[in-house]
Amino acid sequence: MSIGHVLLGLLSERPKHGYELKKEHDQRLPGAKPLAYGQVYATLQRLERDGFTEVTGTAQEGGPERTVHAITEAGRTELDRWLAEIEAPAPYVASPLFARVVVATLAGGTAEEYLLRQRAAHLTRMRELTARKASGSPAQVLAADYALQHLDADLRWIETALERHTVLKGETDA
Amino acid sequence: MLEARTLRKSFGRTTALDGASVEIGEGEVVAVTGPSGSGKSTLLHCLAGIIRPEAGEVLFAGRRLDTLDEDARTRLRRENFGVVFQFGELVPELTAEENVVLPLLFGGRGRRESLQAARSWLERLDVADCAGQRPAELSGGQLQRVAVARALAAEPRVIFADEPTGALDSLAGERVMGELVGAARESRATLVVVTHDNRVAAYADREIALRDGRVVAGATAATGGTAAGTPGEAAAGGVSR
Repeated sequence: MSIGHVLLGLLSERPKHGYELKKEHDQRLPGAKPLAYGQVYATLQRLERDGFTEVTGTAQEGGPERTVHAITEAGRTELDRWLAEIEAPAPYVASPLFARVVVATLAGGTAEEYLLRQRAAHLTRMRELTARKASGSPAQVLAADYALQHLDADLRWIETALERHTVLKGETDA
Repeated sequence: MLEARTLRKSFGRTTALDGASVEIGEGEVVAVTGPSGSGKSTLLHCLAGIIRPEAGEVLFAGRRLDTLDEDARTRLRRENFGVVFQFGELVPELTAEENVVLPLLFGGRGRRESLQAARSWLERLDVADCAGQRPAELSGGQLQRVAVARALAAEPRVIFADEPTGALDSLAGERVMGELVGAARESRATLVVVTHDNRVAAYADREIALRDGRVVAGATAATGGTAAGTPGEAAAGGVSR
């Protein structure tokens, strides 16, 4: 995901300064990794260089003076282009979970014990997310839904893998 | 509170339980999980006194349940247990309200008191508007919420739920689970949910995992991953007791 496009989206509401952008990013995308300030400023510099944003002045609300950034016409066009694009479905199976199971089988060991422990860890995380949903903001609930359904997909794959395991073992033994 | 010791049960040539043992504490919320045919529903039916195991023991509050005769078991079930099935299993000829009232009357409560309890539970589960409707006129989600009201109205000490969200879409299921778990915790009832859905299992304090008729994980609170307690504690710590 491109942080630049998320910042452009936040700026499409009104001009904002860097600190505001960091705060709003973390608030609106509650499940995402919080942005580092360095990342915000580096991204803003790049957006300005590409002509997608411009500095419109400074703001001072009791604290230090802050540079205010605004989205440009070119920025809006770029944002629209990004929103119209689809995310390409992942072309590779890149999960470390998958790699561990295959390697465990290759190494002559059993993946079964690993899979059961992984299942317990996933389920513990799902319990935390489920509890959080009970009192979360709408954005937090959406983020928890996303995480829960992905963990659930992993778990269902783990279950299938456990069932297929005897088959896999037979194959490498042969 | 509830205990099963090396239960065995077969149906014809199929072994459903093959030495399953489990301990469930008072006020615990547990999920019984496992692939199809692993024996999870059979375990629930044995714990709830609906069927008898061929071998092994079932104890409720320290008393043998499996050796009681049919009448005594029925009485014990009515006084202490509430059950929610996958498809509600409401009486089709009765209205939603009558479905909730009926078991209360059977349990020996007065007419007025029963009606009051039924109305307040239907209200709480947000199906008070459907009180006068028959099951055929209700949506899947409404049916299950009426079934939850029926199970909880008698204030059981243990609630058994067999795939309570199995017939619902994900949001309706979430709502039923939220109400079921919330009400169980509030009334400090023990809740045993059989499910093949991990997202449903995530509402529980502990997972009891079955495979081929045996419990492979979570047989006791100490081995189940998260300790029983408030959802907050369970979620934050993930610590074993």
